[in-house]
Amino acid sequence: MSITLILFWFLSVLALFSAAMVVASKNPVYSVLWLILVFFAISGHYLLLNAQFLAIVNIIVYAGAIMVLFLFVIMLMNLNKSNEPKRNKWLNLAGVLAGGCLLLVLVAALKNAETKATLAETGTGNIGLIENLGKALFTDYVVPFEISSVLFLSAMVGAVVLGKKESSPDTAGQSGKSSEK
Amino acid sequence: MHLLSIDWWFLLEKLVLIMVIISLSLVIAMYTTYAERKVAAWLQDRRGPNRAGPWGILQPLADGGKLFFKEEIIPLVSSKFLFILGPSLAMITALLTSAVIPWGTSLHLFGREMPLQIADVNIGILYIFGVVSLGVYGIMIGGWASNNKFSLLAAIRAASQMISYELAMGLALIAVLMLAGSLQMSVIVQNQIDHGWHVIYQPLGFVIFFICALAECNRTPFDLAEAENELNFGYHQEYSSMKLGFYLFAEYINMFISSAVMATLFFGGYDIPFVNEASWGISPNLLALIGFAVLMAKIFFFLFVFIWIRWTIPRFRYDQLMNLGWKGLIPLSLANMVLTAVVMLILKK
Repeated sequence: MSITLILFWFLSVLALFSAAMVVASKNPVYSVLWLILVFFAISGHYLLLNAQFLAIVNIIVYAGAIMVLFLFVIMLMNLNKSNEPKRNKWLNLAGVLAGGCLLLVLVAALKNAETKATLAETGTGNIGLIENLGKALFTDYVVPFEISSVLFLSAMVGAVVLGKKESSPDTAGQSGKSSEK
Repeated sequence: MHLLSIDWWFLLEKLVLIMVIISLSLVIAMYTTYAERKVAAWLQDRRGPNRAGPWGILQPLADGGKLFFKEEIIPLVSSKFLFILGPSLAMITALLTSAVIPWGTSLHLFGREMPLQIADVNIGILYIFGVVSLGVYGIMIGGWASNNKFSLLAAIRAASQMISYELAMGLALIAVLMLAGSLQMSVIVQNQIDHGWHVIYQPLGFVIFFICALAECNRTPFDLAEAENELNFGYHQEYSSMKLGFYLFAEYINMFISSAVMATLFFGGYDIPFVNEASWGISPNLLALIGFAVLMAKIFFFLFVFIWIRWTIPRFRYDQLMNLGWKGLIPLSLANMVLTAVVMLILKK
């Protein structure tokens, strides 16, 4: 058993266990922390595939930025057990069924994918290194890349527009002043 | 039987290096607390700590011993696990960054070449970023688990401040990456040895990076997270004993590591200024040690500047801090990046 294989099994078990704990945890703050652990395990898998750039970007973007926002929201909402509405038993069952259906569709879709041709090469291959990835993104995929960046820009503008307070007629003077600042 | 195909010598070598670097970071952070008190005393015309040992140099040990013997208090209505996880995470993330910093050239021992860098990865700078962005968790989890509104407010302040300044820091770094043409720390240092230090080409980038480093370390003038007169004591208000010590100590380790990063990215790393050390013809081991000492001298200089700033400049107001970050530093670093790219393009043609 090589060290790559040991790491692979360790990371896989870690990822699956943490993912299950995200759903199973009662406290949402713990769920967020388990989800961060899932991202770390997935980054570990990227490293095994020698995709260092993807691994670190996964940590910076998901674990470092998005999950911090999640944590912000959950901490400020102050979720207590007392104000959590009681869930219907049938609703739980429906949730399990819907999730199971999604799993079924995913498995069915990926079952006949070209697994043999694109079998992951652990420890070798250098497509995930930053030079190769950058070249591929800015030559072969430059149009989709630029379009997606425009999409992000529009999302940012949308967030700013939504976050701005609308000035209602009676408080127009005050908000006008603050916007002039 | 071939059970584990692991290069045990390699593992041992790295293990020793990791132990040395971590203990070095801890000792230096310990004596930075002493330096802070001595420099503060000097700036304020006092004597500073002078009772424990000659010139008070045993003061950090006395401080540490005091923290260990303090009573440990865990608030009743708080999550005990998260309460302990907070300071541990702060400490771990502070120590993790040192893995990609090149501390010198290689040592030749027992017929093996031993580079003085734990991991010379392809994505060195991004790794530092990743760890820095995780540094928020220690503060946030600790602040929330304290079950105290002042701690929570301070934790949220600290987190939003760190996220805001990370952006400008990253943009300032892109200009350096364009100069070096690589994310690998050893290549960045080599590029500076060949073509001169990056601070000559990127003075503005360095200033932006330095300001952001101050903010990332929660140092004055950006220490709003522990503003005593608004938030009592900040996110570690409920902490006592060595858990408090971990939070305070992590700040000093962060200072040490960010000084090392600045010295490596902008001030040539282990490069000895104004000389071509390769032509001296002395043994490579000695040369590596001299390079290491030079890097340490640069780091100590930055640590002094950190302390100097703390005892000179008063704290910002929160809106001033956000204005400076979002409306000052980010546009400035964007302009710096575009300017660098244009100049590089013109010079190439």
